[in-house]
Amino acid sequence: MVKKRDKGSTQVEKKEKKQGSLIHRFQHKKITNHKKITNRKKMTKMKRKIKLVSGIYIAPSFLGVLAFFLLPFIVIIYYSFVDNPISGNFVSFDNFVRLVNNLSFKTAVANTLGFSVVAVPLAVVLSLLLAIMLDSRIPFKSQFRTFFLSPLMVPVASIVLIWRVMFDYNGAVNDVLVGLGGAKIDWLKSSYSQVVIVILFLWKNLGYNMILFMAALSSIPRDVIEVAKLESASPLQTFFYIKTRYLSSTFLFVTIMSLISSFKVFREVYLLTGNYPYDTIYMLQHYMNNAFKNLDYQRLSAAAILMSLVMILIIGTLFIVEDRFGKDVEG
Amino acid sequence: MRKKNVEGSGNPRKKLLGQPKQGRLAKQDRLDRKYSWKRVRGRKAWSRVKIALATCVAAVFAFLFLMPIVLTISNSFMSGAEISANYGSVFATSDSGGRVYVAEKVNLKFIPDMVSFGQYSTVLLKSPEYLLKFWNSVILVGPIVVFQLLVASLASFGFTRYRGRLREIIFFTYIILMLMPYQVTLVPNYLVSDWLNILDTNWAIWLPGIFSPFAVFLLTKFMRRIPTSTIEAAQIDGAGEWQIYRRICMPLCRGALCSAAILVFIDYWNMVEQPLILMQDEEMHPLSVFLSKINEGEIGLAFAVATIYMVPTLLVFLYGEEYLVDGITSQGGIKG
Repeated sequence: MVKKRDKGSTQVEKKEKKQGSLIHRFQHKKITNHKKITNRKKMTKMKRKIKLVSGIYIAPSFLGVLAFFLLPFIVIIYYSFVDNPISGNFVSFDNFVRLVNNLSFKTAVANTLGFSVVAVPLAVVLSLLLAIMLDSRIPFKSQFRTFFLSPLMVPVASIVLIWRVMFDYNGAVNDVLVGLGGAKIDWLKSSYSQVVIVILFLWKNLGYNMILFMAALSSIPRDVIEVAKLESASPLQTFFYIKTRYLSSTFLFVTIMSLISSFKVFREVYLLTGNYPYDTIYMLQHYMNNAFKNLDYQRLSAAAILMSLVMILIIGTLFIVEDRFGKDVEG
Repeated sequence: MRKKNVEGSGNPRKKLLGQPKQGRLAKQDRLDRKYSWKRVRGRKAWSRVKIALATCVAAVFAFLFLMPIVLTISNSFMSGAEISANYGSVFATSDSGGRVYVAEKVNLKFIPDMVSFGQYSTVLLKSPEYLLKFWNSVILVGPIVVFQLLVASLASFGFTRYRGRLREIIFFTYIILMLMPYQVTLVPNYLVSDWLNILDTNWAIWLPGIFSPFAVFLLTKFMRRIPTSTIEAAQIDGAGEWQIYRRICMPLCRGALCSAAILVFIDYWNMVEQPLILMQDEEMHPLSVFLSKINEGEIGLAFAVATIYMVPTLLVFLYGEEYLVDGITSQGGIKG
């Protein structure tokens, strides 16, 4: 409870907290305690006015979100518990049971999970390595940064075009493979298709993650690292004992973002292989999309609810973890 | 730094040895120094090698990252015959395949044999449908960017001005909504569009886009960094809420607005799912969807269209890369 209150404290206090010395921290605690009491007792006229007026500023956005996202979501919850929207007989968890027992749903979940488990750690680690590389004293830093970010600007469709040229059975990659004395691989229509999608995912997301890591790396106070160097710490030691501490919150954030974009990879897969791709890249979103096509509301809403529950779970855990770990370094 | 380090380790020995050194001790001292120099020089060389190595790796990555773009642009200048000679075999399976020259394998070529603007003239002059689709894209994305920023800047002002329990909960809901995959949010969007009878019109894409919570999140993060003292000073000078918003927060957030605009633009310029599901009428689809369909028949055209389609994002990149980077970095650490 107390923690929650702290969050509500005003910005001035936050600033004081940021200065971080021990005395400040004590003072900060005192101030909040004091504030709490006055807050509870009376809210000044001024403050109440600000609260009211600024509430009006939120209204358009909130009404929009309510209308287009939140209210229909409640309807979806209703749909997921009835047999069909017109008759509306309550069937409790039948839809969910049916969904979970559905074979294509199972494959879709397994594939999506498998993909995320492989792609997300790779994305995090590789982008961190790239960021460290660009953080060292190499020439043409800003150019490299631009290059790594450039996948953001390529339209999805032309990515797909290039990927097909590269990974087709008669494509460029197989050409190189044959040149090296290997055998041709049918990339898109075998279990290798997952490799192709992982590469696509990495290509698309590394730059974005790298920017996040670079910002975090450059915000580590220089003097701490210099002290470590004076104390003759090896670069590896400085990395593991100092930098990772400062990077921890970024780590989590990048993980969340990669996880989420790993759910979004559907767009590329869909354009690359259509509605019914090879089994190993049949993702959850394919399933949803196909349910959309048939307008099977029950299946669709049950799947949407399951998916959003999982997302909320993931995001919630990561928030809690960030709360735990981020605290001791928060500068 | 490293040099100092080595000297530091040499120092105690010197102190121990004290005053004049003679004979073996002096020699030892000299050797010691020489050794340390060597180490310094060795380390320097080593770090230089490391930097060179890192540069090489970065260059390789950069090549891999840039290749698709370069390939798209350079191939758009090839004539149709050259394209089908190069890529014929990949796309021969489609119904309009079976061209005159079908190569057995793909030739990846970065430099066209002969620069031709044939593809462009087809796209720009002969078949107006591509330009029409381009216009569709502009029509769809433009209002979303403008109005999402407007709505979001108002809301983020509200979130900054007062932070109560309820507002924090709403803000958290926004974050979760922002992080949801499209497939989840599309279901509610579809339902509402159906009820409002705006399915198959531009509104079906505009309205959810305008109220999408992403820009609210980004701008709130920026706005909360404005010192309260600034706002309080304005308040004491007699500024109303609207004036604080208009005269203080907006000018201070200009950079943030640019960042948000760029990120929103890139996101919606590439949209595929929303039009596919919310619009049945193919006439109204934006170029991003249409582009994925011409892939099959006329690849040469696809390259040219893709290049044209890339121009706006390229311009955004050239003029707003700093804003883009700022926008991305300020998302780090989701909590406001």
